[in-house]
Amino acid sequence: MTPIPSIDRVPTGNSGLDHILHGGMPAGRTTLVSGSAGSGKTVFALQFLIDGVRKYDEPAVFVTFEERPHLIRMNAAALGFDIAALEEAGKWAFIDVSYDPAEDEEVIGRYDFVALLARIEHAVRTTGAKRVAIDSVGAVFTRFAEPHGVRRELARVADGLRALGVTAVLTSERTQEYGEIARFGVEEFVCDNVLVLRNVLQEESRRRTIEVLKMRGIDHLTGEFPFTILPGQGIVVITLAGTDLTAGSTTERITSGLEELDEMCSGGMFRDSVTLVSGATGTGKTLLVTEFIDGGASRGERSLILAFEESRAQLYRNAAGWGRDFASMEAEGSLRVECAYPEVMSLEDHLVAIKQAVEEFNPTRMAIDSLSALERIAPERSFREFLIGLTSFIKHRQIAALLTATARSLLGGESTTEAHISTLTDMIILLRYVETGGEIRRGLTVLKLRGSTHDKRIREFRIDGTGMHVGAPFRDITGILAGTPRHVVTNALDEVANLFDGT
Amino acid sequence: MKAVRLRLYIGGESPRAIRAASNLRRLCSQLLGDDWELEVIDVVDRPDLADEARIFATPTVVKLTPAPIRRAIGDLSDIQRLAAALDLEVPSDEEISNL
Repeated sequence: MTPIPSIDRVPTGNSGLDHILHGGMPAGRTTLVSGSAGSGKTVFALQFLIDGVRKYDEPAVFVTFEERPHLIRMNAAALGFDIAALEEAGKWAFIDVSYDPAEDEEVIGRYDFVALLARIEHAVRTTGAKRVAIDSVGAVFTRFAEPHGVRRELARVADGLRALGVTAVLTSERTQEYGEIARFGVEEFVCDNVLVLRNVLQEESRRRTIEVLKMRGIDHLTGEFPFTILPGQGIVVITLAGTDLTAGSTTERITSGLEELDEMCSGGMFRDSVTLVSGATGTGKTLLVTEFIDGGASRGERSLILAFEESRAQLYRNAAGWGRDFASMEAEGSLRVECAYPEVMSLEDHLVAIKQAVEEFNPTRMAIDSLSALERIAPERSFREFLIGLTSFIKHRQIAALLTATARSLLGGESTTEAHISTLTDMIILLRYVETGGEIRRGLTVLKLRGSTHDKRIREFRIDGTGMHVGAPFRDITGILAGTPRHVVTNALDEVANLFDGT
Repeated sequence: MKAVRLRLYIGGESPRAIRAASNLRRLCSQLLGDDWELEVIDVVDRPDLADEARIFATPTVVKLTPAPIRRAIGDLSDIQRLAAALDLEVPSDEEISNL
């Protein structure tokens, strides 16, 4: 077989993006980055250059048609990028082509962009730049009456960049999220490679995505990938990078924190399993979280709680009410509690924050209480992506995780969270209210346990000052899971059995 | 010091650059006698000067004095528009025909 000549790739330095691009952008080519206003084009361009300098020691040239360099330095500083320092080190040069309203400018007759190209060549030679960004070409079109000449001259610039051998990013506006690729037909002459950034308003929340529209000659992942913009990091693309279903599986069992529950699972949970606890409000989900975390932390396992419904003080108080001392566990370092209101940031940001907390603390078990609180801040599709990203990350890290979901009705009924996540979990525990003889009791059952047999009965449990106590199965009640418990008289059952006794 | 100082940035000795310079010279001689000066900078040789003045298109003429600073881009083929763009006295059609 004749080997197919392949195009070299330049890793952008953004791990999520490089994952989508199967390694990076085509080397020595120009890639168009098109996006609507506020979609993150300038951040993208800045980050492409800054990662180049920082990670690969590749100097950079930033051509700005829009903002003045001092404003770009300021905005970049807010993202944690110190451009001034790079300029001093001779690794960064600005080419300022922004419009100055103080200097009136008129176009009379034919022109070319030889000056721009001469400046870029000069800057590339002086700094030894390998990467160039031009941000954004839309601004230059507004300075000329007809777009034809600008297109012709930008094509000249693109040719010049190719001749210089630099890998370049050229940003461009688009007016609709799903429409023409870029304004003024930029994509037709400039590049074989197009990335699209989107910032779509969906159910009152913003959803940022990045898509590789075309990359001549290199294979890549297709479709939109959500991303977020974070201080100190810039664009963080949410992918399932490194989380293919190849994560090793273990048969090691760990305690759920409850001896009786361990018995129901034939010896405990698996070390790298994701467990979903579903139940109506007040059925004891947070208590089960407490037992699970205590089961780890009290044995010296690093355990992490991510709470989205209650504050640290409330969690401490709850735990104390069940005889557990979370405050000293956290002081000793075996426990870490992270609390946040779901609404403070987007779901993508939450996912990144969760990953960061896990990477910093490196826990062997973690609990999220509750997923339902996170569900309310995002459209369904974003939530589904969040769950997939979260569970694959947890499995990849081989952490035992307990996630809670709130059922919509008090008696029975499944939660929406449950519908999305049940196939992603290894174990599902249901907590239910059981009304019988004029009183409310509580029941627990293991609905599913991958890779092991388990007790399929519904057991009653009690809650007291020392925690949760799982007792005997409900023997004489049916319809608990459906939320319509009915009492069946045991004697009657016996009588029915006797009918067939042959006596 | 001349009353009007102009600087013309060109990208090499192209026909376009030569046209722009000659259009500019004709206009100034007509309107200003010899009270003007024109400096021509080739950006291919001096990209640093193009940087300083933030020039990207060529040819570009910059009127430095008197204030306010004005710019015109292109081969400057329309003399009346050029005069207006540089904030000079706009010549009449008759004057144009004598240029």
